[in-house]
Amino acid sequence: MTEGTLLSVEDVIVDLPTPRGNLRAVDRVDLTIGAGRTLGVVGESGCGKTMLSRAILQLLPKRAKLSGRVMFDGQDLLQLSPEKLRKLRGRSLAVVFQDPMTSLNPVLTIGTQLIETLQEHLELDMAAATRRSVELLAAVGIPAPEQRLMQYPHQLSGGMRQRVAIAIALSCEPKLLIADEPTTALDVTIQAQILDLLAREQRRRHMAMILITHDLGVVAGRTDEVAVMYAGRVVERAPTPALFKKMRMPYTEALLAALPKIDAAPHTPLPAISGRPPDPTRPLKGCSFSPRCRYAWAQCHVEKPRLEESNSPAHQFACFRPIGTGAGAGA
Amino acid sequence: MTQQASPAVSNDPLLDVDNLVVEYPVGNKIVHAVSGVSLQIARGETLGLVGESGCGKSTLGRAVLQLRRPVSGRVLFDGQDLTAMHGDTLRLMRRRVQLIFQDPIASLNPRRRIGDIIAEPLIISGVKDSAKRQKLVDEALSAVGLDPALVVGRLPHEFSGGQCQRICIARALVLNPEFIVCDEPVSALDVSIRAQILNLLEEMKSRYGLTLLFIAHDLAVVKAVSDRVAVMYLGRLCEVGPSEQLFARPAHPYTALLIEAIPMPDPDVRPAETVPVGEPPSPISPPSGCRFRTRCPRADQRCSDEMPELRAVASGQFVACHHPLI
Repeated sequence: MTEGTLLSVEDVIVDLPTPRGNLRAVDRVDLTIGAGRTLGVVGESGCGKTMLSRAILQLLPKRAKLSGRVMFDGQDLLQLSPEKLRKLRGRSLAVVFQDPMTSLNPVLTIGTQLIETLQEHLELDMAAATRRSVELLAAVGIPAPEQRLMQYPHQLSGGMRQRVAIAIALSCEPKLLIADEPTTALDVTIQAQILDLLAREQRRRHMAMILITHDLGVVAGRTDEVAVMYAGRVVERAPTPALFKKMRMPYTEALLAALPKIDAAPHTPLPAISGRPPDPTRPLKGCSFSPRCRYAWAQCHVEKPRLEESNSPAHQFACFRPIGTGAGAGA
Repeated sequence: MTQQASPAVSNDPLLDVDNLVVEYPVGNKIVHAVSGVSLQIARGETLGLVGESGCGKSTLGRAVLQLRRPVSGRVLFDGQDLTAMHGDTLRLMRRRVQLIFQDPIASLNPRRRIGDIIAEPLIISGVKDSAKRQKLVDEALSAVGLDPALVVGRLPHEFSGGQCQRICIARALVLNPEFIVCDEPVSALDVSIRAQILNLLEEMKSRYGLTLLFIAHDLAVVKAVSDRVAVMYLGRLCEVGPSEQLFARPAHPYTALLIEAIPMPDPDVRPAETVPVGEPPSPISPPSGCRFRTRCPRADQRCSDEMPELRAVASGQFVACHHPLI
């Protein structure tokens, strides 16, 4: 762990036993994030991005097998007692999930849920906790916060519920916020507001954030660094401007190309990625993307490229045929 | 095109929706889902319909097909009023129109084999010869890029979301329809699969000369396939125009807001700090006058007193706004 690193994920593997055999959801992932920084984790469904966040939070399904090391703020989370973990989660390690309706308790008022968190972690008395709850709701842009405290989640719109979930996550001034597809369930105008809110609160609180999304557009303007995941692995990782300037891994490039662009002319055929991701219970010998990759050659089908073997530490990619090198695909 | 022309006028409209109103009761209240929408779709054209959840775009799509009966208004399909049709006449007409849904897995019966699912519309429409049915099923599956031999005997759960959407498209195509309503056909799919399905829809459209009403919330997706785009807000149309023109020069403040809110996959485009425009009001009690006025930076007294009607602002572009941007 280097100076200033808040979280480091080292060689993390998550295995899920299924009736069809072992499913490797996360396959030897290494990541670090510095205090106050934003890391975007991008990938399609089933790429392991949510399982990775659950591994960090230690919120995996019971049957999951986890190995590796997750160092957070100087402690190895995998070695902590359940008691210590519970103290940490919600206090310095907070999370916002995709669907605010399932993360909020439907039979408790917004106030109860906020105040409970504050009392549990910060040991505030009722009056102080209520006061702070009102401040938090106002900070996340909820009008008439005093009245909202008395309301139940179903009385709020989707966007308002997500604001409440963010207020709860921010309530104890966490050092790291994991936002797992926080805007996927929301409309585009609400999405922009929620992303702005997260960015503003992050700057104000000097909090680190992992923003998990399937949308390259969401990470482009709002993260310092991006990790692209495919079939359980990080396949490319770089500072955000460097990544968008020059994508090295053919999957990242293909993912961006396949995105319909608002500035493209109507009826422009999209460069789609043929096929689909491999069955995670039947891992491939070579690069997981090789069957869909238009640059793949013999080596790609028999050997797995490793991220750390790329010779540029700032911009890593797991590929034998990276775009834009002499030997590579783009040449 | 004159000022008086109804929006999206065309010499040969396949579909002509005139002042359509759809309402439905919730408890003792009424949801004003679609409040007087008029639009036309020319033969061979794709009209994109965008708007946020709850704006009534899906309800409009269903009301066009008479899956939900409108309260008032007319839907002329190839010159015949669907709202006046009942029973067998409507059923016969329905062969010419089809619907593709958002969730491809949920719209396939999990206990029926793919071959039977696709043959069902043929059976209903009276194709009695089973050899002929099988031939049509095979053709439809091949058209959407699936191998009939490998697919017909299998069940929906054996397929991925993208493949299920291909199957749904095959089912929609098997009766050789003229018009298809696509209701968020790609929003449940991953980016890499989404592009495949969008390309497939485009290909099918030109191969079979289809006319499409393409409903989606994603502006970039809509633009990719549409000749013209209609923007809907809280049961009314805000703006209609040729896609390129509408996205380049939006006239309605709501269209501009939607375009601004799209996250761009380019780190050099710093996301504009959004104006806190709040959330859409409830369609149970929509605002008076212009329905967008409660979130609109340009709204004034006139907007709450007087409902703006669609009027031409540029060639083929119509806007319902008292203070348009162009």
